Amino acid sequence: MNIYRSHVLICGGTGCTSSKSDKLQEKFEKLLVEKELDKEVKVVRTGCFGLCEAGPIIIVYPEGSFYSQVKIDDVEEIIEEHLLKGRIVKRLLFKDAIVEDIVKSVDEVDFYKKQKRIALKNCGVINPEDIDEYIALDGYLALGKALTEMTPEEVIETVKDSGLRGRGGGGFPTGLKWGFTAKAEGNQKYVLCNADEGDPGAFMDRSILEGDPHSVIEAMALAGYAIGSNQGYVYIRAEYPIAVERLQIAINQAREKGLLGKNIFGSDFDFDMEIRLGAGAFVCGEETALIASIEGERGMPRNKPPYPANKGLWQKPTLINNVETYANVAQIILHGADWFKEMGTEKSPGTKVFALGGKINNTGLIEIPMGTTLREVIYEVGGGIPNGKKFKAVQTGGPSGGCITSESLDTPIDFDSLTSIGSMMGSGGMIVMDEDDCMVDIARFFLDFTVEESCGKCPPCRIGTKRMLEILEKITSGKGEPEDLDRLERLAENIKVSSLCGLGQTAPNPVLSTLKHFRHEYEAHVNEKRCPFPHLRINSI
Amino acid sequence: MKSLEELKKIREESLKKINLRKDRGEGTRIVVGMATCGISAGARPVLMSLLEEADKRNLGDVQVTQTGCIGVCRLEPIFEVYKPGEEKVTYVNMTPEKARKVMAEHIVNGNVVTEYTIGAAE
Ligand SMILES: Cc1cc2nc3c(=O)[nH]c(=O)nc-3n(C[C@H](O)[C@H](O)[C@H](O)COP(=O)(O)O)c2cc1C
Repeated sequence: MNIYRSHVLICGGTGCTSSKSDKLQEKFEKLLVEKELDKEVKVVRTGCFGLCEAGPIIIVYPEGSFYSQVKIDDVEEIIEEHLLKGRIVKRLLFKDAIVEDIVKSVDEVDFYKKQKRIALKNCGVINPEDIDEYIALDGYLALGKALTEMTPEEVIETVKDSGLRGRGGGGFPTGLKWGFTAKAEGNQKYVLCNADEGDPGAFMDRSILEGDPHSVIEAMALAGYAIGSNQGYVYIRAEYPIAVERLQIAINQAREKGLLGKNIFGSDFDFDMEIRLGAGAFVCGEETALIASIEGERGMPRNKPPYPANKGLWQKPTLINNVETYANVAQIILHGADWFKEMGTEKSPGTKVFALGGKINNTGLIEIPMGTTLREVIYEVGGGIPNGKKFKAVQTGGPSGGCITSESLDTPIDFDSLTSIGSMMGSGGMIVMDEDDCMVDIARFFLDFTVEESCGKCPPCRIGTKRMLEILEKITSGKGEPEDLDRLERLAENIKVSSLCGLGQTAPNPVLSTLKHFRHEYEAHVNEKRCPFPHLRINSI
Repeated sequence: MKSLEELKKIREESLKKINLRKDRGEGTRIVVGMATCGISAGARPVLMSLLEEADKRNLGDVQVTQTGCIGVCRLEPIFEVYKPGEEKVTYVNMTPEKARKVMAEHIVNGNVVTEYTIGAAE
């Protein structure tokens, strides 16, 4: 085994890869060979470090030097100065990693200080394409412990006691769901992972699969053991090519090591899994539509009950959880339910990953303990609003959620408190708006998305959201009338109560919440016959 | 994977590979002078011998790192040992053999190798 004195970690998440971190890696490897340092310095490609805004990011250990926005031409200097002579290249450090000429290491930077990483524990730390690095940091130890020391019932009890709730948006208690599926009658059961992640602006699940795919594989095997299933499927959109590739590599490596397959850890438990690619329809994230899509049918939801726990994939009892939900499971089995409950709030223990976007300085991926306030997330972790602008609102829950205004910034983030202020946790998208943003246009943007993504099965959603969008476009283009606001509201309430699935039931939320908090902006459009905000329409976030 | 022991063996082996990236808490730090003066006097083999020794002895909490010119170029190769709660010790005119001896006697057993220190050379 080769020993290295220094490790150069290069972010290989989708964000940094699109700003050419793969080219940086090539250049590092080439120059290290030329300078005969390749036996001393190891280059590692990791998952997302979280601070996508500052990408491409490189971290050099043992110092933990946090380099940001590194360019191809900077590589030589990092090698010559830092790796050869031990002099940190200060001009390339992330702006918060050097304060009054004092260099801070990556874990001392403000962005990470309030964070608590459980689901993202290994992201940006290990090479996701090397199973040994996952194992080094206690990987597969939970599976080993469960298979050799615990009964399936004990596994379910532990998950139940931990209070873990589904991170896919609904917040349903995970242990209860595992219990239902375990009890359901059936000789064949399935374990599914929902990696569809269709909300605009959300990339939590993608980053977990890119940075630490084994955490999901291990948890799915644990779930298989708990509910009595030997087959899993990960449903992931084909639009996530890096995640798909790393997950497949991870599955192959787990099979090679006998961590998937027959008689795992010498027990009589067998488990294997496969990837199923989705075409990237938002509605396919809804669990019954997802199941239909795996079966080869058109991805459309159906009425519940029966729930997947009783009649799921191919009519068999099926457990379906979100990527981030799974990413917590092995840690819970390993450290116990009490350890998990110490973090977060009483009704929402643990942490939550958010994708921070919009008008915020530190765009990126964060994981915070539940109970952290929105203010802390936006001003401390997120570094506040750029260009000295004033905060206006933050949208959580994506196209199903609502906006939250400055009066509610001290609300602690958890499932119930976000619902109580008229928004929702959702899967973790968090989009910040400043004083220049037109809230009517924001509502139009989200509604435009749901109209596009409505599967068309039920008329309230198919026709209703389309009519709402038409009214909104009338208003934003300066042709609205005062009655339109009431019409919009009435239509919204009707769609909410009559749609078949969650997509339609929540589609009016962005309109309703902006109508509630920013009715004056709607009225201004109608009265002045134009948008009072001098800016372009948003077509994408 | 046949047993928990098998997994734990892989874990131990692999941990060595990535220890560098973990918080070492309050471990010992050995800093080797690796400016032009140090390198030309033979600092690289010294650094490598320290690394090999740390690995061989499983000293997971010892961090071997490098710095620029320490200032007394005529005494290179130089390295400094920072043990928590103790004064810094500067070793000079190092060779791989001497470095290995410092590793065994000072880092592991806690006895400063006085004859190699800067105080003895002055
Ligand atoms: C329109 C719609 C889209 C959804 N998209 C996702 C998604 O992308 N990912 C996800 O995990 N759950 C999504 N859900 C929720 C799933 O139906 C399901 O509740 C979830 O996968 C359960 O996992 P959890 O309990 O671990 O959260 C969606 C629901 C609806 C109604």
